Amino acid sequence: MLSRVADTLYWLGRYIERAENNARILDVNLQVTLDSDESAPDAELYAWQPILATLEDVKVFKSVYEAINGDTVCDFVTFEKNNPNSIWSCVAAARENARTVREYISSEMWERINSLYLWLKSEPSRDLVGSAGIDFYRHVVDQCHQFHGTTDQTLMHADGWDFLQVGKFIERGDSASRILDLKYHILLPQEEEVGGTVDIVQWQAVLRSCSALEAYRKFYTGPVTPWSVAEFVILNDRFPRSIRFSVDALDTAIHRISGCDRAHYSNEAERLSGRLCAELTYVTTAEIFRTGMHEYLDAIQTRLNEIGNAMHRQYCEWMEPAPVSQSQSQG
Amino acid sequence: MGLNFEQYEVGEFFDEMWTAPRKVRPHYQQLLTRFGETPAEELERKYQLASETFLNQGITFTVYSDNQGTERIMPFDPLPRIIPTAEWEHIERGLIQRITALNLFLKDIYHEQRIVKEGVVPEEVVKSARHFRPEMVGYDVPKDVYIHICGSDLIRDRDGRYLVLEDNGRCPSGVSYVLENREVMKRVFPKLFARNKVRPVGHYGQELLNLLRYVAPRNCRTPNEPTVVLLTPGIYNSAYFEHSFLARSMGIEIVVGGDLIVKDDVVYMKTTKGLKRVDVIYRRMDDDFLDPKVFRADSLLGVPGLVSAYRAGNVNLANAIGTGIADDKVMYYFVPKMVKFYLGEDPILPNVPTYLSMFEKDRKYMLENISQLVIKSANESGGYGMLIGPHATKEQHEQFRQAILVDPRNYIGQPVVSLSRSPSFCDGSFEGRHIDLRPYILYGERITIIPGGLTRVALRKGSLVVNSSQGGGSKDTWVVDED
Repeated sequence: MLSRVADTLYWLGRYIERAENNARILDVNLQVTLDSDESAPDAELYAWQPILATLEDVKVFKSVYEAINGDTVCDFVTFEKNNPNSIWSCVAAARENARTVREYISSEMWERINSLYLWLKSEPSRDLVGSAGIDFYRHVVDQCHQFHGTTDQTLMHADGWDFLQVGKFIERGDSASRILDLKYHILLPQEEEVGGTVDIVQWQAVLRSCSALEAYRKFYTGPVTPWSVAEFVILNDRFPRSIRFSVDALDTAIHRISGCDRAHYSNEAERLSGRLCAELTYVTTAEIFRTGMHEYLDAIQTRLNEIGNAMHRQYCEWMEPAPVSQSQSQG
Repeated sequence: MGLNFEQYEVGEFFDEMWTAPRKVRPHYQQLLTRFGETPAEELERKYQLASETFLNQGITFTVYSDNQGTERIMPFDPLPRIIPTAEWEHIERGLIQRITALNLFLKDIYHEQRIVKEGVVPEEVVKSARHFRPEMVGYDVPKDVYIHICGSDLIRDRDGRYLVLEDNGRCPSGVSYVLENREVMKRVFPKLFARNKVRPVGHYGQELLNLLRYVAPRNCRTPNEPTVVLLTPGIYNSAYFEHSFLARSMGIEIVVGGDLIVKDDVVYMKTTKGLKRVDVIYRRMDDDFLDPKVFRADSLLGVPGLVSAYRAGNVNLANAIGTGIADDKVMYYFVPKMVKFYLGEDPILPNVPTYLSMFEKDRKYMLENISQLVIKSANESGGYGMLIGPHATKEQHEQFRQAILVDPRNYIGQPVVSLSRSPSFCDGSFEGRHIDLRPYILYGERITIIPGGLTRVALRKGSLVVNSSQGGGSKDTWVVDED
């Protein structure tokens, strides 16, 4: 397939996944703030600042808004055109990418993206975000799921599909690591203790942001502990939004493109993904906490980014440098 | 209550559906009955459904002058235009004759120039034509086909006679609307099709692919299986939807200039598995942008070295380079003479009467009667660079008079042809609107024309300009076999 098309599909996969993850993070935070005591000084600041830190968008935010609160952060992460990672920007970029490769993707895929885009542009969506934000974000998540479902059912499972998977799972692994790291940015209010009510609510929120709470409860019977949450989100091999699962799917897709057997490699991207895959298979949570969870997650983001770059060098090297909007990534 | 045509004004024009108030043409009878049974609200609802379908599928074009959300749908009119078989066969014969003559003309003009030597076309017209390409002189294009894809614009005069308004022999667009209009009509008005024998149009993509494969270049390594691609200027081009649509319906790659590279006069595309040789390029960009080494040096859209690869016989382009000389508005004047000269036949489809300001007598007539004439500049399209005398101000008349005097080679004049009208759905009822017809002609192993073509509608009341860039819409066009 054309190198440009491969690259475009990779970004299409990433942008859809990014839109979905951002919607989920906002959805969960809206729910958590409903439970929390809003009378405390700076409650809103404490509730919403970590979102910006997680998405590494604080600088852009400060150029547009003055105060950090639920309204400004939601608006910034949802509709702000100057924020290249806002849901709006991601969906618009996904649609632009889809439009460029319309002859490659199925009409059904195109119609899913286009209708999400048209909906985001419409009055009803603006009204919904104001009146029932949680419904709004669920709708976005739902539409992204529909896109993946439509893709699986209508697109040839050939190279193009694999490039889409590579983009999707790099983004998903990256995002899961950021959501987990979110907890690192949340400071417990002074009178709260580790393992107390607020602490547990926060760890539950982390799970819900990854759609992992229900799955987690089926897996662990005891109370929610930081230890087990990290283990679940990083290392579970059956949960489709865990980092290990994402990297495993990523490694499979990368190897399918070249035809090289897994656990072997024929290029740099395969070597890097194979190595990360093996490490996630054999590492223990004890080792992760010894390294420091934040440091560990940070390293994973860097390595996912390296895999993406190696893929580009391997398959899209012909290309002129990608336009600025496309080379934008969170890594 | 159903929609009726009691209030419909036939007017002083040829009406496609009515011979006089309440006298419907026989081939519209069934349609009238059906629409008569449709309540106005239902039609309104179906009309909205059709518009939404276009929007959701992204069947849009881009308007350059419009800074707002630059994508728009082409307004769609739900009442189909019907062409009876006998009428269609006449059109078909005329178009085949015309494209045959145009291709012979192009071969001649880039080789011996017999038509100039024998005094049929003045030498200065050829020499001064902006789209004459010296690079093509003496070059034999594969299978002698220059214009592979043609979209001639036809109009009907007050007596219903079909006239050729212009020949689009470069990159005619709009065929995707023909196919999509039909799809949408089938979705929205399925019952209409069951009662009428409408000739299908869905095979266009296959016919086009057959044609492109047929004209594989001399040095093609795989003549039975040539690699065909569609070259687009990119997603910001106004016709990008169509480019993508056609690539999809043929199952070929759509490429931008940056996807192609020329090495040793061979064109390759850059793929994830290395370079892949390209044999035939259906290019949807003008000559000017194709190759910065030969044409416009500032073109970022083209492929450096493409023309050299073309001349080496390693790649073919459809349409050929240099076809613009045949659809120059001045050259248009000479097309009936070409038909006579090359084929020894009288033209089946006449031109609109045309005056050339390069001829002194015609110029005098044009300057004196400018308020009655349509004046067109030779090389503009899309409804730009045009004066409609009766609708223009005195200042505009004077402006065009001066322009003609400064550059007489560049203008033609035509009487205002009052285009035929067809009932169109406007604000809840049917009103007469002017229409034209653009059939799509494919010249490959044989010449094929998909039944019907694109009917464009000037939706602004009284307007004669049907171009989508000027507020035009379109309607499904049926060639109906009679029992």
